[in-house]
Amino acid sequence: MKIDVTRFHKVYFEESFEGLESMEAGLLVLAKGASGDPETINTIFRAAHSIKGGAGSFGFGDVMEFTHLLETLLDQMRAGTRAASREITTSLLDAVDVLREMLEAKRDAQPVASERIAAAAQVLQKILDLPCSPAPAATTLDAVDQSIWRIDFRPHPHLLKTGNEPIRMFRELASLGQLRVAANMSGVRRLGEIDPEECRLSWNLTLVGMIEERQIREVFDWVEGDCDLDIVKVASVEQMTPTATEPGSPNAPIHPVQSEALTVGKATNIGDGGSIRVSTEKVDAIINLVGELVITQSMLSQFGEQFDVSMIEKLRDGLGLLARNTRELQETVLKIRMLPISFCFNRFPRLVHDLSAKLGKKIQLKVGGEQTELDKTVLEKINEPLLHLIRNSLDHGIESPEARLLAGKPEVGTVQLQASHRGGNVVVEISDDGAGLNLAKILAKAKERGLVGPNENPSKEKIEELIFAPGFSTAAQLSDVSGRGVGMDIVKRNIKELGGNIEIENRPGLGTKFTIKLPLTLAILDGQIVKVGDQAFVVPLVSIVESVQVRRGQTSLISGQEELYRLRDKYIPVLRLYEIFNIPPSVTQLEQGLLMVIEDNGQQAGVFVDDLLAQQQVVIKSMESNFQKVEGISGATILGDGTVSMILDIPGILNLSRQRKVAA
Amino acid sequence: MANILTVDDSASMRQMISISLEGAGHIVTQAWNGEDGLIAAQKQKFDLVLTDVNMPKMDGLELTRQLRKLDTYKFTPILILTTEAGGDKKTEGKSAGATGWLVKPFDPEQLLRTIGKVLG
Repeated sequence: MKIDVTRFHKVYFEESFEGLESMEAGLLVLAKGASGDPETINTIFRAAHSIKGGAGSFGFGDVMEFTHLLETLLDQMRAGTRAASREITTSLLDAVDVLREMLEAKRDAQPVASERIAAAAQVLQKILDLPCSPAPAATTLDAVDQSIWRIDFRPHPHLLKTGNEPIRMFRELASLGQLRVAANMSGVRRLGEIDPEECRLSWNLTLVGMIEERQIREVFDWVEGDCDLDIVKVASVEQMTPTATEPGSPNAPIHPVQSEALTVGKATNIGDGGSIRVSTEKVDAIINLVGELVITQSMLSQFGEQFDVSMIEKLRDGLGLLARNTRELQETVLKIRMLPISFCFNRFPRLVHDLSAKLGKKIQLKVGGEQTELDKTVLEKINEPLLHLIRNSLDHGIESPEARLLAGKPEVGTVQLQASHRGGNVVVEISDDGAGLNLAKILAKAKERGLVGPNENPSKEKIEELIFAPGFSTAAQLSDVSGRGVGMDIVKRNIKELGGNIEIENRPGLGTKFTIKLPLTLAILDGQIVKVGDQAFVVPLVSIVESVQVRRGQTSLISGQEELYRLRDKYIPVLRLYEIFNIPPSVTQLEQGLLMVIEDNGQQAGVFVDDLLAQQQVVIKSMESNFQKVEGISGATILGDGTVSMILDIPGILNLSRQRKVAA
Repeated sequence: MANILTVDDSASMRQMISISLEGAGHIVTQAWNGEDGLIAAQKQKFDLVLTDVNMPKMDGLELTRQLRKLDTYKFTPILILTTEAGGDKKTEGKSAGATGWLVKPFDPEQLLRTIGKVLG
């Protein structure tokens, strides 16, 4: 039977990346100087061991070879023959990176960076004090000939208790050649003394065929020490056949070690799209709820068969129960997609460790609330922004140890990462006790870049907001840690895309705090249902600022085209949805409907609708995967009465209206 | 067809072993460490136990020792899966009461061939 091992690759990669993470976490503990905790080393060792074992079975020979070096070194550390020095842990951390790159390359079917691997392998080998190049492949001559073998096999009485069965060994021998078996009963005891659990028989076997002694020994491999065994060649027909033992692994050229910059904070995918690990607890909860749902359903179906007005009270109870079951089921199912934020946070200790060494700063990372759960999609997308923020804190926020001491602060800076649930949101705070934002410098830079007029005098808040402006960076010299000037605007945009927002709290001289607010899930949306003509649209509640009733005279037409509404002290454009989507209107007079003020990215507009209906949570169905992308629509949902309703894409709508304006 | 218990802390190994064995018509139960394996073995009688050596909580050698203490597992084939090609793990396995071993890495074919050696 041929089994395709590639089908196991996915799980293998998943658990290997998990293993690498725990190796990394363990090595960081060791790096802190808490040397010699046997359980830590054991955990690291086990992870390496599993990766190696799998690599061999799943056809990744190079991964296996590399992991073997790692494993050997870890084994020595585990056995206590080698102490965990800083040099070793650093090399091991580097090796973990290399291994991760190798596995990523395998996963994505990309070529591996053989030079980097060879370099890292050499470092490990140096530590292991092994010769740098593998021994040359040996070629030997093995004699295989037609021969007659005599085998005397005398099991020790306890042989059966090892789970070995002589008859199965004979069967195997018979597969090698012609076998004759003669049992020797001389050792068998008298009936009354027989112990059925003991083996008292012995055998004389004759085996004929093109068989090597090695093959016979192999059959008895497992019972060595549990029996007396004599294997004698009685006769043979000489027939020399050269056979090469397995050629040595191709000698990869080993290059001198180049102290390559650490590829810190390389984006690793969390779980990578496909599968999710779900705790059995969650699955059990769902099964439980489905059970209750079935009970409720059968109860309700009884009413259908024999309904009587007197039962209306019971029916109402039943429907109430159904509603509760459904709601609970919905909540529980959504929880499947929820993962603890630790998946994301776990990578940061390493980042801080590596970066602070590189920057010559002393920084400790404090992490809190890592069990806070949020949607997998949100989690995947928040990774990059968090990385940017932490890099910024390390690079720009925390001062050098000398500067800190001068400022009367402890030498070691602190970066705190804290996650928590607040209302229907997840809040992630990244704070540092560094120098805080230098407002004067930011303003000067902004003026230089033309982001602020030369004579403008913006408020403190406005200046803080400037760091999110595209192309803004105050770092005089671009470092490879951060300061490419593309960071913060992308951070803000990514967070916006997730339906979240970011705020800064700046205390000059004392530190900076970024607060990111994220929705729990992207699968459900708080929506306002609005009526336009005979259609109902869903507007994301977060985008709505207010809704106003328009009075005559509050609107004006500019150049006969653009309609503007005076909202208190400013003018906002009026967008008529029936025009944008080309649907027959039932109300065209602004006074007869409502103007819903929406906002996106600081830009406001008034969306004209017939009426506001209910506010409710809607489940988002993708348009792209079910139909195609529609401009101005972000998705669809099914309302309580079974009708399909489109969810408005507010940035898209604003775009559409701008295009119409240009076209007009 | 045999009823087989596979004990390994690596999910991919467990999956490979079970899919390979199930493909050959066997029934496979999975356990992720020695402790779980022992509990599973006490709940039902397996015809064969395949266990990894290095596992958290209870390793494969201890599992083998514990199983051999049970009346029902006195003669049951227990194979240990080990990466160490060196003799000491094999000897340790043997003295713990293992029937034999299977050296990692192995592919599904090797696994089935070895299983064939111990199943009637």
